[in-house]
Amino acid sequence: MREFLRQFPTRKWSKVAVFVLALFPLAYLGWRAYRGELTANPVEFIQHFTGDWTLRFLLITLAVTPLRKLLNMPDLIRFRRMLGLFAFFYVCLHFLTYIGPDQAFDLGGMWKDVAKRRYITVGFLGFALFIPLALTSTKGWIRRLGGKRWQALHRLIYVIALCGVIHYYWLVKSDHRLPLLYGAILAILLLYRLAASLWKTAPVASVSPIR
Amino acid sequence: MRKFGDLSEADITPKSVYLNRRQVLRAMGIAGAAIIGGKVVSHFAYPPATVNAGTKLNVAVKSPFSTTEKANTFEDVTHYNNFYEFGTDKSDPSRNAGNFRTSPWTVSVEGEVKKPAKYSMDDILKLAPLEERIYRHRCVEGWSIVVPWIGYSLNTILKLSEPTEKARFVAFQSYYDHGQMPWGDHSGIELPYVEGLRLDEAMHPLTLLCFGMYGETLPNQDGAPVRLVIPWKYGFKSIKSIVKIRLGKDMLPTTWNRYAPSEYGFYSNVNPSVDHPRWSQASERRLGEFLKRKTLMFNGYSDQVAGLYSGMDLKKNY
Repeated sequence: MREFLRQFPTRKWSKVAVFVLALFPLAYLGWRAYRGELTANPVEFIQHFTGDWTLRFLLITLAVTPLRKLLNMPDLIRFRRMLGLFAFFYVCLHFLTYIGPDQAFDLGGMWKDVAKRRYITVGFLGFALFIPLALTSTKGWIRRLGGKRWQALHRLIYVIALCGVIHYYWLVKSDHRLPLLYGAILAILLLYRLAASLWKTAPVASVSPIR
Repeated sequence: MRKFGDLSEADITPKSVYLNRRQVLRAMGIAGAAIIGGKVVSHFAYPPATVNAGTKLNVAVKSPFSTTEKANTFEDVTHYNNFYEFGTDKSDPSRNAGNFRTSPWTVSVEGEVKKPAKYSMDDILKLAPLEERIYRHRCVEGWSIVVPWIGYSLNTILKLSEPTEKARFVAFQSYYDHGQMPWGDHSGIELPYVEGLRLDEAMHPLTLLCFGMYGETLPNQDGAPVRLVIPWKYGFKSIKSIVKIRLGKDMLPTTWNRYAPSEYGFYSNVNPSVDHPRWSQASERRLGEFLKRKTLMFNGYSDQVAGLYSGMDLKKNY
């Protein structure tokens, strides 16, 4: 089993496997819809469900880099773009349930709502920032932008995830356990990066005098 | 906006259908699909709470206060609840309130009254003929339902207690027992739950002291054994599982107002022109409908209650 997991990211078919796995939440939602189990308020249920999975996929995507190092599995990088795009996929569904049944596709009303309600503002900001990342996720765009610039642009994912967590925290009425859990995981993932970058620069400074 | 009044009483699913369905469920103890009123309604994982809770109530009066709008299904009203003592998810109360002990139960009426008293549920049920009132119920979160409640005007019990000259406000308190309601720890709000009304609001005939719905006693998750229903105010004002009613000269704190004063006012009248910071109050989703509908001033009860607030700035006194 251990060996299987260790080899998994290097397998040719593993991308297909991850793709299928990432569709499971959608399939589960479809199954519940088919059984009429979307609660008394199906629109709200789908909104919460797709919002939850957006956040989960964002956190999973952000976990790829630390896990590559910590597990010594560099091939995990093969899944990162796909996982990020799945986060975008679920946020698109999330946005559709908002603009559709909630706003009745009335863009004027939507803008008013975005401007007025801070949890909508921050959620919309996260969604808007996500669009250029999804569009430039191809190899062609990495080449066109150049690695450095592309990477700088894609660091927006940190801001997007933060927007997502704040959006959730602000919309919850009084039981903040879940948004705080997401926030704590995000904090760990971002602090890891901060620590890693400090770690990288520190030895350079201390090594040079010895020479 | 949809015109009201284009449905007859007969459009509301008759009680016998619910009762009958429940007998079937009780007998078979299964989950399955049933066809009710031409609609396919599924009920999987039907919690024992609702199956055991119902004791038939004899409704003597069909109230003229009833709306002719179509009532929501019993499933909807028993599986989509805000009752934070039993968990903060809408589906939690139907799962967690099953073993809540609602008997014996006493309600104490005290404070600025000439005749303070402790009423048992048996006493309360005999104070006046039971009325069925089909009310619109609007939650501050932007959803609404129509429920055939059973009870009588709260003023029945208040008049019996004879409020003194000093009485101006009525404070209500819910039952709270940590042992039976451990989920309350994570509710984020201070418990026991407390609510309040101005005396004239409490005396208004629309304000219902409620013991049942759909022809029988209240299911635990809907506030058994006795709750308030104030149809022109946001749902959180309609306090559940009441143990204490205290009249006084001062406006006492209320749970949600204490938690976030800028979001939840003492009055909390349904008002489409005063938005909650997080939810637009201009529209609402009636459970069972896809698009939202316009919210009505005082939840459509303006004719009856607007007079209570004449001269008041309802933007300030939200």
